[in-house]
Parts: sequence; C-alpha cells; structure tokens
Amino acid sequence: MTHVLSILTAIPAIGAVIALLAGNRSTTARAVAFVAGAVSLLVTLWVWFSLAPNGVMSFVERADWVPGLGIEYHLGVDGLGALMLVLSAIVSVMAIAASRKVAQQPGVYFALILLLESGLFGTFTALNFFHWFLFWELSLIPAFFLIKLWGGEGRGKAATQFFVYTMVGSVTLLLAFLALYLATGSMDFETLTAMAASGQLVPAVQAHLGPVSLVLALGVLLGFAVKVPLMPFHTWLPATYSKAPSPVTMLLTGAMSKMGVYGLLRLALPIFGAQLAEIRTPLLALATLTVVAGAWAAAVQKDLKRVFAYSSINHLGYCLLALFAVALPASASPSVLTQTAALDGVILQMFNHGITAAAIFWFLTMIEERSGGVLGLNDFGGLRKLAPVFCGLMGIALFSSLGLPGLNGFVSEFLIFRGVFPLSWLSATIAVLGLLITAAVILTVIQRVFTGPVNPRWQAFADLSTGERVAVAPILILMAVLGLYPQVVLGTVNATVTHLLAGWRF
Amino acid sequence: MNTFAVNYGNLFSITIPETILEVVSLLVLVVDLGFLRKSTQPARMTAACVLGVIGSVLAGLWLLTHSGTASFAGDALVLNSLVAAAQIGILLLTALVLLLSFQAEFSRNPGEYVAIVLLATTGMMLVAAARDLLVIFVALELLSLSLYVLAAFAKSSALSSEAALKYYLFGGMSAALMLFGFSYLYGLTGTTNLNGIAVSLASQGLSPLVVVAMVLVAAGLGFKVAAVPFHLWAPDTYQGAPAPVAALIASGSKVASFAVLVAVTGSLIPAASASRGATWIVLLVWMAGASILLGNLAALAQTSVRRLLAYSAIAHAGYMLLGIAANTPQSGAAVFYYALTYALTTVGAFGVIAVVERNMGSDRFDAFAGLSRRNPLLAASMLIFLLSLAGIPPLVGFWAKFNLFAAVLRAPGVGAWGLGMVIFALAASAVSLYYYLQVLKRVYVVPAMTDEPMAVSALEQLVLLVIALLVALLGIFPSALSGWIPLG
Amino acid sequence: MLAYTIYLSFAGALILALFPKALQSSARVFALLVALAGLAIALIGFIQAGSSGTVIVADAVWVPALGIRYTLTADGISRVLVLLTGIAAVAGILFSWNIGEKEGDRANEFFAFFLALIGGVYGVFLAADLFLFFVFYEIAIVPKYFLIAIWGSTRREYGAMKLALYSFAGSAMVLIGLLAAYTVSGSHTMNLQAMAQYSFPIHFQMWAFPLIFVGFAILAGMWPFHTWAPTGHVAAPTAASMLLAGVVMKLGAYGCLRVAMTVFPHGLDPWGFSILGLTSWRMVFALLAAIGIVYGAAVALVQNDFKFVIGYSSVSHMGLVLLGLMTLTQIGLDGAVLQMFSHGILAGLLFATVGRIVYERTHTRDLGVLSRLHLGKTMPFAAVLFVIAGMASMGLPGFSGFIAEVQVLIGAWRAFPWFAAVAGVGIVVGVAYTWRAMQRAFFSEATVSTASSGTAHEEHEPYAPVTWAEKAGVALLVGTSLIIGIFPRVLLDVITPAVHALPELLVKGGRL
Repeated sequence: MTHVLSILTAIPAIGAVIALLAGNRSTTARAVAFVAGAVSLLVTLWVWFSLAPNGVMSFVERADWVPGLGIEYHLGVDGLGALMLVLSAIVSVMAIAASRKVAQQPGVYFALILLLESGLFGTFTALNFFHWFLFWELSLIPAFFLIKLWGGEGRGKAATQFFVYTMVGSVTLLLAFLALYLATGSMDFETLTAMAASGQLVPAVQAHLGPVSLVLALGVLLGFAVKVPLMPFHTWLPATYSKAPSPVTMLLTGAMSKMGVYGLLRLALPIFGAQLAEIRTPLLALATLTVVAGAWAAAVQKDLKRVFAYSSINHLGYCLLALFAVALPASASPSVLTQTAALDGVILQMFNHGITAAAIFWFLTMIEERSGGVLGLNDFGGLRKLAPVFCGLMGIALFSSLGLPGLNGFVSEFLIFRGVFPLSWLSATIAVLGLLITAAVILTVIQRVFTGPVNPRWQAFADLSTGERVAVAPILILMAVLGLYPQVVLGTVNATVTHLLAGWRF
Repeated sequence: MNTFAVNYGNLFSITIPETILEVVSLLVLVVDLGFLRKSTQPARMTAACVLGVIGSVLAGLWLLTHSGTASFAGDALVLNSLVAAAQIGILLLTALVLLLSFQAEFSRNPGEYVAIVLLATTGMMLVAAARDLLVIFVALELLSLSLYVLAAFAKSSALSSEAALKYYLFGGMSAALMLFGFSYLYGLTGTTNLNGIAVSLASQGLSPLVVVAMVLVAAGLGFKVAAVPFHLWAPDTYQGAPAPVAALIASGSKVASFAVLVAVTGSLIPAASASRGATWIVLLVWMAGASILLGNLAALAQTSVRRLLAYSAIAHAGYMLLGIAANTPQSGAAVFYYALTYALTTVGAFGVIAVVERNMGSDRFDAFAGLSRRNPLLAASMLIFLLSLAGIPPLVGFWAKFNLFAAVLRAPGVGAWGLGMVIFALAASAVSLYYYLQVLKRVYVVPAMTDEPMAVSALEQLVLLVIALLVALLGIFPSALSGWIPLG
Repeated sequence: MLAYTIYLSFAGALILALFPKALQSSARVFALLVALAGLAIALIGFIQAGSSGTVIVADAVWVPALGIRYTLTADGISRVLVLLTGIAAVAGILFSWNIGEKEGDRANEFFAFFLALIGGVYGVFLAADLFLFFVFYEIAIVPKYFLIAIWGSTRREYGAMKLALYSFAGSAMVLIGLLAAYTVSGSHTMNLQAMAQYSFPIHFQMWAFPLIFVGFAILAGMWPFHTWAPTGHVAAPTAASMLLAGVVMKLGAYGCLRVAMTVFPHGLDPWGFSILGLTSWRMVFALLAAIGIVYGAAVALVQNDFKFVIGYSSVSHMGLVLLGLMTLTQIGLDGAVLQMFSHGILAGLLFATVGRIVYERTHTRDLGVLSRLHLGKTMPFAAVLFVIAGMASMGLPGFSGFIAEVQVLIGAWRAFPWFAAVAGVGIVVGVAYTWRAMQRAFFSEATVSTASSGTAHEEHEPYAPVTWAEKAGVALLVGTSLIIGIFPRVLLDVITPAVHALPELLVKGGRL
C-alpha cells in the first residue's frame, strides 16, 4: 500500500465524477457520495492505525513532477496529518448525512462536497508547496460554489466575500513561497524546514532578494490568518458560516478552518519560526483578542448560526494562542515539555473542535429542517419538553464545546492552557476570560432554546427519528471516548509533536 | 553617321516570329473579309481569334526552338535569352487575350480587331528586341498606334472613344517628347545605337543638355509604363477600352515597355560616370516613389474594379522602376520576371472582369457581389489573381516582389535610397491588400443580388483556370522559369 | 511523417473547395476526419519526440537561385505547437458542428478556409527555411480574413479587415528584415539554423532584430500593436476565434523566438546607452509585454461584451509569453512555450463557451443582459464549463496555466524583477476580470426587469440541449488542460531539451 495516500485522495474525486454523472436523482447522488465518504473514512482510519509510532512521516511517496521547477510529488503523513485526514473524513460523512434535502442539482452538490473532501485530503498529505497549494485552492472552489449556489438569502455576497478574502491570503502565500523558491530552489517542506533549522534560509533569502524574510513570513501568515481566522481577518466568517447551507458550514468549520491551523503547524512555524518569534508579542495579542472578542461577539448574536460562527473563532483562537506562544527563541530557553503540551493541545483541539462544531451545526440543520429555516436565538423555547432526546443529544455536543470535563473539549483546552501559562502567563490569563464568556454563551443558548415556556409556534416540533439518533450517536460516543480516554489519540500526537519540535528552530 | 553592313538574311532570321505574326495578321484579314463575310458575327470572331492564336503559338514555338544569341545591324535588334523570354511572354499574353476575346461583342469587324492585335504584338516584340533609338521609336509607334485604334474599337461606346482619345493625346505628346529627347541624345553622341551612346556619354561630362534629354526620354517611356506623373491616361483607358484591349495594354505593352526601359537605362548609366547615372536614377526613383504612393492611395478610393486595377498598375510600375533604377543584370532580370508574371495575372483579372461585365453590365464593386456563389471557379480565379497582385505567398506575385526587392537591395550603388525605398514599397504594398480585399470582399462576403449562375463560356472558364493555375504553380515552383529568367 | 499534417490539411481544403454544394451537410464530417488525421499525426510526432532533438522531416530543393530549400524540421517546441494546432483544429470543427445544417451556411467554403488556415499554421511550426516559414505565415492571413468576414458577427468586416491589415503590415516588416538579412548575409541559404550561425554585423542586428520582432509580435498581440486582437476575436465566428487566439497568436510568438531571436541574438544586447532607464531592445520588449499583461487584464475588467473580455484576456496572456521569451533564461523560455500551449487550449475553451455554447442559445453576449438570465441555473453545463475554464485561465494550480505562469514569472524575476512584479499585478487583475465575468454572466442575482424583458429570454423556455459535438470538444480541451496541469512533464520533458538546444547565444541569459 505504498500509494495509499494518492488512492485516498483519488477516492472522493472519483466519487465526485460518479455523483455528477448520476445527475439529478437526489437519492442516487447522495448514496454515491455516502459510499465514497465511508470508504474514505475507512481508509483514513486504516492510515491512522498504521502510522509509524515514532512520529516520522509514513506512507511517503516521492517522485519528480516538474523537475525544472523543483516540484516533486511528495506525500506523507505523520500523526498530525493522519488525524486531520480522519477528521476530514468524519466531517465529510457527517455533512453528506446532513444533506438530506438538496433542492436543485443534487448531482453537482454532492460532487462538489466530494471534491472538497479530496482537496482536504490533498492538503493534509502534501509535503511540497506546489502540491499542497494545488489542493488548498482545490478545496476553496467547491466551497465557494456550494455557498454561492445552495446558500441562504444573501449567499452571493457571502460567497464572494469568502472567496476574495481567502484568495488574497492564497496569493500572498503563493508569492511568499515563490520568493522562497527563487532564493532556495526548493518548494519541499522538509527541505525548507531543514534549511530553516540549520540557519541557511535567512542568508539565502538575503542573498537573492534582500532583507525580506519577515515580509515573506507575514505573507504566509496572512494566508493562514484569514483561513483560521485570526482577528482582525475574520470578517468574512460570520456571514459565510450563516449564509452557507448548514452541511457546508459543517465542512467549513469542521475541516476547512483546520487547514489554516495545519498550515501554521506544517509551513509557518517550521520554516518561518525565527521570524514569527520576532513578532511573537503582537501575534499573541491578536490571538488573545481573537479568543476574547470571538467569545464576546458570540454572546451578542441573535442568530444561532452566527453564535456558533463566532464561537468557532473563539475555539480556534486557543489554537493560535498556543501556536504563537510556542514560538519562543532558543535564547529564552523554553521548556520543551510545556511546548509539547501546548502543541499536543493544539492538535487535539483541532480534532475536537472539528467534530464538536460539525455536530452542533448538524443539530442546527435539524432544527432548521423542522422550523422551516428559523434559527433565531429567541425564536424557540421549551424544546426540551417537545423533543427531549434531541435536546439531550445536542446538549452533549454543546457541553463538549463548553469544555465540560469528561467530554473531549476539556482535554485539549486544558492541555493548551497547561502549555501556554508557562510560556506567556499574561495572554493565558486574559484568554481565560474567553473560556468564561463561552460558557455563558452556551448556557444562554441552552436556556433560551431548550428550557423556558414552550413557544406555541413549534408545537409540532418532532423529536429525533431513530435514523437520526443512529446517525449522530457515533459522534457523541466519540466525544465521550476522547474526553474520558484521550490517550487513544494523544499517544500518537505526542510522538509527532516531539518529533516536530526536534526539527524546528525559532 | 555610323554605317552598318546591313545583312538582310540576318535580319530575316532574327525577325521570323514577327514575320509570322505579320503574315497571319494579313491572313486574318483575307479570311475574314474574303471568305467569311456572310457568316455570323460569332463565327467570324472565332475564326479570327483561332487564327490569331495559331499565329502567336507558331511564333512562340519558333522562338522556343531557336534559342541563341544574335544581333542585327550593330545591335539595332538583338536576340538573347532575356529578349526571347520577353517575346515568348508577349506572345503568350497575346494568345491568352485572344482566347478571352472569343465572346467579345464590342466589334463588328473581328478580322480587323485580331489583325491589329497581332500588329500591336509585333510592335511589342520589336520594342523588346530593339537597341537603337530609331528602331525603338518606330516599334513603339507601331505598338502605340495599334493600341490607340484598339482602345477605340468599341465604336458604340462613348467611354471607349474617350479612352482612346485620351490615350492618343497623351501618347502623341509623350512620343513627341521622347523623340525630342532622342534627338538630343543623337546630337550629343552622334549615334542612335544604345551601346554607342553609352560609350560616347561615358567620355563626356554632364551637360545640361544631357539632363534635358534624360528628362524627355523619361517622360516618353514613363508614359508607356504609366508611371507618375505620366499616368493620367491609365485610369480612363483601362476603364473605357474593351476588356481584352485593356488587358493587352496592361500586360503585353507593359512587358515591352519595361524591356526597353531596361535597355535604355543600361546605356544611360555608364559605369564610369556616377554623377550622370545619378541624374537618371534620381529621375527613376522619384517616378517610382510617386507612382507607388499615388497608385496605392488612389486605388483605395476606387469603386470600379478596372480603375482600381489601373491605379494598382501604376503602383506596380513604381515597384518595377525601382528595379530598373538599381541597374544591375540581376535587377533587370527581376524586372522582367515581375513584368511577365504581373502581366499574366492582370490578363486573368481582366478576363474575369470581362465576364462579369458581360453579365452585369458594369465593372463596379456591386457587380462582383456574391460572385463566389454564382460561379465559384471564376471567384476562385479572381481570388488567386488579386492575391498574387497583393503579393501573398505562395502565389507568383510574391516571388516576383521578393526577387525584385532582393535584387534592388543587393545592387551595389543603392546605398542611399535602396533600403528606404524598399521599406516604402513594402509598406505601400501592405496598404494595397486593403483595396484588393475590397474586391474580394464583394466576391466572397457580400450576398449576391441574384442567385442565377454567372454565364461564362467553357473556353473562358478554361483559359482563366489555366491562368490561375499558372499563377499558383509558378508560385509554388518559382524556379520553373529559371531557364529563361534567372532568379536571384 | 509530421509533414503530412500540412499536406493533409491543404488537400482537405482543396477537396472541400471543390465539394458540390449539395454535400454541404457532410462537409463538417469530412473536415473533422481530416483534422482528426492531422491530430493523430501530430500526436504520433509528439510521442516520438523523445530526446531526438531537431529532426529533418522533409528536405528538397526549392528555389536554388535564392538559396531557398523546402525544409521542414521538428524539435520539441515545434512538436508541442503542432500538437496544439491539431487539438485546436479538431475542437474548432466540433464547435462549428452547426455550420452546414442550414441552407446558405456555405459550409464547404467555411471548412475549406478553416483547413487552409490550419495547414498554414502547421507549416509555420515546422518550417526550417526562413522563406518557407514566411510563406506559410502569410498563407494563414487570407483564410482568417474570409472566415471572419463571411461567418463572423459584430462588425465582422471591420474586424476582419483590421486583422488582415495588421497581419500584413507585420509581415511586411518581417519581409523587410528578411530581405535585408538575405542581402547582408549573401550566403545563399535561408535555412534558419544556418542563418543563426552567420554572424551578422552587430549594428545590423540592432535594427533588424526589433523590426522582425515587432513584425511578428503584432500577431502575438504585443501592446500597443494588439488592437486587432479584441476586435478580430469578437467579430470572428467561434471556431475562428478559437483558432485566432488558440494558434494564430502563437504564430507571432513562435516567429519572435524562431526568427527574430534566433537569427539576430545580438539585437538583444545592451545598446550601451540608456533611454528612460531602458538599455536594450530586450528591456523595451519586456516592458511592452509587462504593460500588455496589465493593460489587457485591466481593459478586460471593464468590458461589457463577454467576448471582449476573453479577447483582452488573450492580449494579457500573450504578454506573458513575450515576457517569458525576453527573459532569455531556460525557465522563462520553457514557461513561454508552455504558456503558448496552455493559452491555446484555454482560449479555445473560453471562446467555445462564450461564443458557441452561450451565444448560440441566448443570442447575446452583453454581460448586462446575461446577468438577468440566471444562466447558472438555466444552463448549468455552460456555467460549470466556464468556471473550469475561468479557473484554468486565472492560473489556478492543477490547470495548465499555472506552471507556465510560474515559470515565466520566475524567469522574469531573475531578469527584470520590476517587470515580474508588474506581471504579477496583471495576474491578480486576471483573477478579478474572470471573476467578474463569471459572476455577471452566470451567477448574478439580478432579476429580469420588466423594461428589458423584451430582450431577455423567457424565464421558462429551456435552452437547446448541449450537443454531443459540444461535449466532445469540451472534453478534449478540458481534458488536455487538466492532463497538462497535473502532469506538466508530458510537455516539459519535450520542451526543456528543445529550449536547451537553442543557440547558446540566445539562452545565455542575464546579459543585462
């Protein structure tokens, strides 16, 4: 199985073609998509459990692609990549399962979802910039059209905003890496990382382009800051998440936002670690702002989708906080243990937030289906009485998001704070505010929606059907398992982080 | 006065082709007036033309089989491969013109028409061979007088008469000027032989009289080739004369005139004296430049295809004058090549015009509208002719131009004006594509006014196709003529 | 073998010209067969390329007196462009499949002119004798004129005439340079390789190079000589636009490389003085190319006629080709050739989408009108297609344009960093205009205003279904672009050695 990663990337793409040819029969297209998604999921799980234990790259494929440009077909996964593969596959299957009513052109819709999944797989396995960038863009386009064509009122503007923001980020990324290529003649992540670690990169850039290393770092950073997002580059996100069809929002927040964090881990920190260390303080300030302001903004929203959109910003803000905190120059002699803890937390948080946010948006989809599109925070009330199972299960997801011990969210946030406090006590202290506000937000949601007097408008609000219960159960079980026994994942992640940190230099 | 031992046997052997033409032209008259007076008009025309064609072919065959170099009376008449090529070309053109005249209805006197055409041809052939001022003048007058008559041959057409009158008036005046110039040359050098003149002029300085003589000669010959500023007759004559006659004026007459121009230039520019050479060359270059400019610009404004061809002929004369001004053996040959292929193409174009005119009663652009749907073969022929005139490869017009301009650039003494004039000429020829495309646009793009096919006789169709094929094949195999006219 | 691409096309044109009118409905079948045969030969020639270097395809005496031989050769660059021509020809015919269905379509003539044009293009790409090159180059002019003037649309006669005169003026410039070179060298050979060996005096090269370069660059759409391109593209029928942008503009760029730069390499040298900071023709043309990239893109951004958008985008993309040529680096030249191929395919695809698939059904190309038709919903095939073509044209990775643009930019960066930056701006604007056109044409949410409902299509009237010919053409072009995008080595392995084998003087690079 030396080509398992290539095959994995190809599976959804092939599924997309079949779905497209299946045409306009909604059930057929969905079935095709589901099969493709499920097969992909199985393959990713197999990859995850077959990883090399010591955190080195597994399943490496390497061949010349465009020799004149130093472009190689270079694939491989470590614990980070493999976990993201699993996450992408899970979220994709969830999104497909959640897309029950596709009004028009279901063939194209499911084809785009699968194409997006293929883009995610490609991004998380690529070890050459060209290859990586190809899939980075490839995932962007289906997302754009999914929003543009199947979104809610005002989707056109949201889609354009989403595309333009991400595209600008992509362009700066591309330019920065082209510049790197000019200076070093390589686009390979491992080569570039090694050069950065041995201190050759900055002189090479200096020699070819002048003192622009920091500019290049900023260019790369911008690309990821938009994607994650880091405030103040987040303005596209609330509109996009709320206008996109909910299953697509699941993909956006569950998987695509991780591309940004992943990029920071795979590209920015290893290659531009020294430059990021130089501007660590302002970055930490922005990350802290993202955590606190994201939570605060979630608190003042009146639309459930927007609430959780901002909440996503807040949750990923923790990842950014930890990432930037880790970027401490060797002269500050940081403790490797705390750095490891922080990065372990980041990777776990990516996974946890992925499944939790996707699950929450899935539940929102179900509410939407029952309410005919109404999703205001104050439009409901007393649902607990009408649909007790629904509220119970959604409650689990909400508490996971809140960070309740025993569920998955707690573990990763704990690890992050455990790591960040020693590295930057001030920002960690301020960021705790974010935790508190988030808790308040989630409790408010539960209060307004689940409890209180029954809104007569929703008398007919149906509880979860058996099918729906079966569908969401595995996710909720996964949340609990990860919360109670994080070691399932943490062992491999820890090995990967240790290996990564050993190869970096700030 | 130089004296020559005139060898009449020699003269006869040189002029056998001309003699054949003379005999045939008399024969045509006899047959037509003697035997066919009761026959129908078409039959008489056919008989006369057939005889004429046979005469041309016979004369041509004789030339083909008797290649060699000969001269008569101290080079008064010469025969060499270039002259032979010009003469064969002239005979071919005459034959084609006659073949295209079968359907002509402008004359009630076919015998006379064909006879005079043959006389004109005789004049052309003599002009091409003449190397003596007097012979040149006499031959030119034979040619010109025949053409004056031919231009007026459509007696019922006012345009034809006007054309003939203009042609005659301008022609008479230029002949007078040329004769005047010749007399100065004779007075200055004491000989009428071109070689003698060359030798004599080389030994004397540049006197004002020589300049005057040159200007006068330039005026006379400029008229024949329709170079600016002696071109005024061309548009009206091309437009008014019967189509086959216009074709003859534009083709055979041009070939002959350029032949004599080459010869005269050779004698007026002795290698030793650059200053006098410069005067003549300056004259030629100015005439060339003016012709290229005016011909191309005026052609842009035309709506009558004949007038358009007339102005384009002026422009083409300008290109050829450049070749003459370069004055090397190569450029002379290149001018011959150009003149012959240009004449061939023009005959074809006038053949198409004749057909269209017969059907539509006009040669204006509108008459050509939709030709490609009314007669695709005719249209395709016209396409080939006009594109060749525009100089689009791989048609022969392109090679002629390339060869000519290459020869000009390669000539040793053209440093001052050579490149500039070639650039100018090529720029102008880029402009020329515009007006040729204007015609072709009517032929291919504009919808036809009627859908009925354009009536054309099988013979005309065949002749035009043969000409078109020649133009195309000579373009694809440009070396085919190298046996007579060397390229490069 | 490759020579038969030329002969087949011309023979096909001749036969079609003589086709009886009654058979006009089968003209397209015949033309398609001829084009397919040409493509097959081109493909075989391409596959055979390997590392064989320059191979003589045909050689015969032609005009011995002028040192002209009928010599055809093929190296990697020729093979790639011949392959492009084959693909463009087949696609062009597939997208002209409706010609010949109606009385009065003049299908015989259409396909005859079409094949004649193709034959000329094949000839240019294979010719190794300067003269032969020029002959084929000019042969391509006339069919273009008629294709546009007879079967075109908007201001077709104007567009056709402008195109013909620009081309002819350009070739007149080339002819002047050619005559001068012939006169100066006096070597009695017109073979391009032999002429490249001849060291023309430097001062002669200094004026002959720009003359010939500009002469060819006119056809490549170099700013400010590009104005024929948008009008010509817009006026032309779809198949002709596809060929014009797809292969004819490449003729110009190919001529710049094969003739101007190869025969007069010292024309690229520094002048030894500076005018406004420009110190050589190389810089001048690189600047013009960079301006063209930005200008074309910027003008495309404000067009309201869909075809004009594509027309100006061609100017912009060809600017990249010229910029790549002027870098004189291996990577830049590789990129330029790859960009020629890529743009040939993509321009064909864009014109096919706009001119054939959309226009033939909506009968409008006005973006304002199209924006009210909701084509994204009513014509999803066209929408998806344009999205793919637009993405590829923007230079998104995964499609053929990306690698080419990156190579050109890298080459340019090494030679002229500022121009590379300008070109980068042009590429960004390129994203913007493609985006805008896509938005307005397919995904606009504007509603049909009552005032204009007369011109707009009725909401519920379905458009004619997509035909098999359209699908086949789309599959051919999209497939090619994807294959090249994902496996650029398919082409680069052929192009790179060929560029490497160009005269050393040319690729020395960095001579500023």
